[in-house]
Amino acid sequence: MEVIYGHPKSLVSVQTKYCPGCGHGVIHRLIAEAIDELGVQDRSILMNPVGCSIWADLYYDFDSVQVPHGRTPAGATGVKRMLPDHLVVCYQGDGDLAAIGTAEIVHAANRGEKFTTIFVNNAIYGMTGGQMAPTTLVGQKATTAPRGRDPEGAGMGYPVRVCEMLATLGGTKYLARGSVDSAPNVRKTKQYIKKAFEAQLRGQGFTMVEILSPCPTNWQMGPVEAADWVASTMVPFYKLGEIKNELGAPAPEQGGKA
Amino acid sequence: MSEEKRLMKGNEAIGEAAIRAGCDAYFGYPITPQNELTAYMAGGMLDRGRVFIQAESETAAMSMVFGASAAGGRAMTSSSSPGISLKQEGISYACGADIPCVLVNVARSGPGLGGISPSQGDYFQATRGGGHGDYYHIVLAPKSVQEAADLTYKAFDLAEEWRMPVMVLADGLIGQMMEGVVLPPARDASPRPRRPWAVGIPYGQRGSARRTPNHVTSLCLDPPALEASVRARFERYERIAEQETSFEAVNLDKAELVFVAYGTASRICLGALQMAQAEGLELGLVRPVSLWPFPSAELARLAKGGKRFLAVEMSMGQMVQDLRLAVAGSGSRVDFYGRAGGVIPSEEEVLAYARKLLEGKAASASEELWK
Repeated sequence: MEVIYGHPKSLVSVQTKYCPGCGHGVIHRLIAEAIDELGVQDRSILMNPVGCSIWADLYYDFDSVQVPHGRTPAGATGVKRMLPDHLVVCYQGDGDLAAIGTAEIVHAANRGEKFTTIFVNNAIYGMTGGQMAPTTLVGQKATTAPRGRDPEGAGMGYPVRVCEMLATLGGTKYLARGSVDSAPNVRKTKQYIKKAFEAQLRGQGFTMVEILSPCPTNWQMGPVEAADWVASTMVPFYKLGEIKNELGAPAPEQGGKA
Repeated sequence: MSEEKRLMKGNEAIGEAAIRAGCDAYFGYPITPQNELTAYMAGGMLDRGRVFIQAESETAAMSMVFGASAAGGRAMTSSSSPGISLKQEGISYACGADIPCVLVNVARSGPGLGGISPSQGDYFQATRGGGHGDYYHIVLAPKSVQEAADLTYKAFDLAEEWRMPVMVLADGLIGQMMEGVVLPPARDASPRPRRPWAVGIPYGQRGSARRTPNHVTSLCLDPPALEASVRARFERYERIAEQETSFEAVNLDKAELVFVAYGTASRICLGALQMAQAEGLELGLVRPVSLWPFPSAELARLAKGGKRFLAVEMSMGQMVQDLRLAVAGSGSRVDFYGRAGGVIPSEEEVLAYARKLLEGKAASASEELWK
């Protein structure tokens, strides 16, 4: 009998610690599937983050390196420069990438470092318990924005669109934003990830896939409601699709603008 | 390359020694007074096809070092005092993940932005771990351009052997001055060091069998397991103290009063010692070369033998605390003379202070200095 859907080789067969309805599990799987399809499990290195996905090294069946919060792109720079034929995958959340590590992501991207960043945007701090993130939407409640994010009055500023910000930099070659709120978006996101990995393996420059991901626990919603909130509230602000594609190859139809 | 002698700035000699030691990757950020080192590495590393990155910050540079070392490379960074403070985040992580690497601090005066003149005010930070958590790392203090080169070269070997960051703690004087230096032989950098714990598989090391994944991290959320790893590291520290403590001793047989000083301050003491000798006064000198591990046992032995000590530092007194701990209980007297803020004491003033001590006229260093 032909197996058409199984456990990815690059994922260890254990249950994750993630909350019900969390997007990390799906995203982990998409990365693992892409690595399996490219046949590069033995030369893949995960840059393990600080945040809810701090245990990602428990789940991936390949090497990992963990540097301080926010410094993932700097650590990955060191790894990739030493091992240029390896697939280096940075896994970062919104606090990690867009707050404490803003300098690192901007400059790694601008240098055109040849690794791929998977940027999980759930508009909240997960691990520390629901504080405001740089990507928290205006009006969205957080423990540190109890009345909702107030950009002007309380001086909390505006949500950061990371793909659009990085798109101005010469070193960035592929920037896409996907979502795991629905099956069609999951499939598109997988295509973005695979395309970014392929570009990395060709040595084309900095690649990043931002992924809108539900956090039911810290949004205080049920899993279904949280997925709906991604579509209804996040997607209108964080537009899906390929924000920048300078890979020089025609975009496949299923990976086009959402 | 055979042995050759060159006239070089300390900063350049450190860079050349690192290249000759087989440094695979250098990451740095400009800061005075170590800028020649970063520039030297840019030319030297890129010309050889090795990795050089001018990082966006000292913080990032240190995490680049972490990544490059975790991926099997001999990695290095350098900076000066305020920049070293920024690197402490990554140094703590590197110590927690047992990452070999070389750090160079061409120290300047502080606190804060302070000044750009030479200082020894970073002794505490260097020898007490410097960042958060329970750890130490080796610290070597050169007194000359020659020793700056030699200790940098040695630092790569010590880092590899003991699986830890090794810091060369120089100061702006050693970084900026020019002296003759015999450079160590250039090694073939192409074979990477054998690190079974590192990630990835470098060229030429690929086997057929797939090994279990390596995870390079300082994270451990299980207190007993974390305690066990910290304890194992401290057992290693004891072996390092036994095997890697180094110091220079001068004229100890004849002297009653022994200077204890490192780096630039030790050269000033040596000058004072020679001036005293010419005038018929015998003084001694113990110069710690390894600041961590500190030569406590030798100092304790000298204290038991009836010596008294004068610690001389370009700080308000940091190493002197290690000296006091080393000789505690011996009844031996420890005095201190220091200048701060980037002021370099003269041989004459150090000798004058030593004479006052021997004549019983100086009550305390602070009293002398600040009245």
